[in-house]
Amino acid sequence: MLGIEDKYVSAAYVLCLLSTVLCVVYGLINWNRGGDEIVAADEKKIEEEM
Amino acid sequence: MLAQTVGITEIIVVLVYMFIVGYLGYLGYRNTKTAADYMVAGRQVHPFVMALSYGATFISTSAIVGFGGVAGMFGMSLLWLTFLNIFVGVFIAFVFLGGPTRRMGHHLKAHTFPELLGKRYESSFIQIFSGLVIFIFIPLYAAAVLIGGCEFIATKFGISYDVALLVFSVIIAAYVIMGGLKGVMYTDALQGSIMFIGMIILLVWSYSAVGGVTNGHTELGEIGKMPSLFGKIGFKGWTSMPEFGWGADAKGNPEAYNLWWIIVSTITLGVGIGVLAQPQLAVRFMTVKSKKELNRAVLIGGIFILIMTGVAFTVGSLSNLFFMKHEVVKGKIVSTTKMAMVVAKQERGINPKNGKDEVPVPCNLIHIDTNNDGDADVNLVARGLDIIKVLDETSGIAGGVKPPGHGIVDIEGVVKVIPLVATAVITDPSTGEKISFATIHDNLASYRDLELEIKPHCSAYIRALVKRGETWFFNTGSIIPTYITAAMPGWFGLLFLLTLLAAAMSTLSSQFHALGTSIGHDVYGKATGNTSQSISITRIGIVVGIIIAVIISHYARGGYIIARATAIFFGLCGAAFLPAFVGGLFFKGVTRAGAKWSIITGSVVSMFWLVFVKDKEARALGICYKLFGKYSMFMGGKMDEAPFGNEQLSTLAVVDPVIIALPISLLVLILVSLATQRPNDEHLKSCFGK
Repeated sequence: MLGIEDKYVSAAYVLCLLSTVLCVVYGLINWNRGGDEIVAADEKKIEEEM
Repeated sequence: MLAQTVGITEIIVVLVYMFIVGYLGYLGYRNTKTAADYMVAGRQVHPFVMALSYGATFISTSAIVGFGGVAGMFGMSLLWLTFLNIFVGVFIAFVFLGGPTRRMGHHLKAHTFPELLGKRYESSFIQIFSGLVIFIFIPLYAAAVLIGGCEFIATKFGISYDVALLVFSVIIAAYVIMGGLKGVMYTDALQGSIMFIGMIILLVWSYSAVGGVTNGHTELGEIGKMPSLFGKIGFKGWTSMPEFGWGADAKGNPEAYNLWWIIVSTITLGVGIGVLAQPQLAVRFMTVKSKKELNRAVLIGGIFILIMTGVAFTVGSLSNLFFMKHEVVKGKIVSTTKMAMVVAKQERGINPKNGKDEVPVPCNLIHIDTNNDGDADVNLVARGLDIIKVLDETSGIAGGVKPPGHGIVDIEGVVKVIPLVATAVITDPSTGEKISFATIHDNLASYRDLELEIKPHCSAYIRALVKRGETWFFNTGSIIPTYITAAMPGWFGLLFLLTLLAAAMSTLSSQFHALGTSIGHDVYGKATGNTSQSISITRIGIVVGIIIAVIISHYARGGYIIARATAIFFGLCGAAFLPAFVGGLFFKGVTRAGAKWSIITGSVVSMFWLVFVKDKEARALGICYKLFGKYSMFMGGKMDEAPFGNEQLSTLAVVDPVIIALPISLLVLILVSLATQRPNDEHLKSCFGK
């Protein structure tokens, strides 16, 4: 595929693209899901001290 | 012009970049003065920013220069790591681990990875032990990132590696100490954007330089069939997986399958799985403001990682085709070195008398001045060279008069006038081609003023020839910098410098943050209960960590150390923390004792494997050699009685610790948890919030 004869390297090439497509599709489907209801004060304090 | 000196333009661009990064950090810091601001600002952070921030932390110079260089040596089989980086490092991490990590971190008021584990299992020991493991080993990973940046600066600007290390370390230390620890996402996102743009340009330019995607891959496959330095360990070409098997092959070669195990166990699985238990990445999930943000970040993160690692590994592989068939170096030969002993394999041990592992290869070298300053800035192995044309038309060479040693030669169907160097023809072990060196070497004075075009005709590894002190060696870490310098226009070199600076700064700041909090908050603060001094210890820890990383960077150059150091840290984190981390997030039945012994077992087995079994690391440390008189317990030496010295077990010396330690660590977690009392329901309720 695409000039790569070795089937295992071709498989890796395809899986890279497919897993990226999976990430894109998942991100689009769940774009507005997951909730955003909310209080970080401790984290802020640690940052201030450092 | 290949190597370029550091000019006023380079200095101004870097300073402007540093100013913008600093200003963005200040703005972000000023706008989040209170916890409420912090949360509100977080709500307004675009998922693009969050994903790029995570990606910029995940991807460093180690991935681009280090692993890209390994792809230059061993080829596109590294794309399996890209697949794991996307599927495991982004999809699994964000979709399945991100939400639970964030929720449990907030329930337990944990702010560091060791603290999360310690509070989940109600164990001070787990928090302190985990903090110590991170503090001791993260400088190794930080050194890998530093080396990656220094290799590029040294190659691009023609300065020594040690000067590059000094300059780069000062820039990084200033960034970290002046506020890089604030972790402001906008600075990371700026850095991620620069990295993204740089790699896109690199990909498009590289494919167009070799005739397109399919043509490039096909030609790369063809040249990969030539004899190779790595044929003995199973290399079959840059578009093929290495030879798979175990033990010695039919010819009795015990190293015949080593490369497959290096690529699959160390490079792919060690890094690809270990990413899930990276302390500096896990804390990112706790700072995420909502699950929605994680969902959105999956989209951008997947694309970002594909572009960063996929491009680095593909371009690293394609660089072989560029150096073999497309590169033409124009310049004057200022000197030659006859039969230089170039180190093709170099591992440094703590004690040089133990485990020194060098394989010198005799090479004729030519040293070329490409920018007319009288100094050689390109060094090539003369074996396999074809000097195809003399450019100086006024010399009369191209006319009727032929000086001694010149003649007409048919090269690829084209008749040309070239210097004939047929007096000493030797076959190149890496390509099988004939060399042409003796005439130039013997008549250097008559060549010095001639502007020549020289085709290196070599693999990326042979092209990445560098000198340190009096030693010449082929350097994996120099492959990508050499390719950028040779194949890309000058302006891109500057953009790529910023790309690498961005990649290093974003990763190193999070590494040193994890290192500092490990020793200050998790070890000192937890062990003494003295929280007022833990901040001072954190700061001291960061300074000590930077110094250790710089020292390692100075001494550990050579081999494919960047990828190996990264794989050691990722693999160790995977074996030590992954079972307890995932078990703690999803299974209420995992007990304190189960987690404790899993972490101890994973750490101890990993370290045992590195010290006594894994050839390169055991050889470098020299402890196995001191005790047993051999570099690895499973290789030949004084203990040649079975099972030690058995050819069928020798492959174990190249198997990564994570392959052995992670399953054992997981088994211990399950068995000990089954044998010990389940945590009380009240604590589990505080962990899981229900």
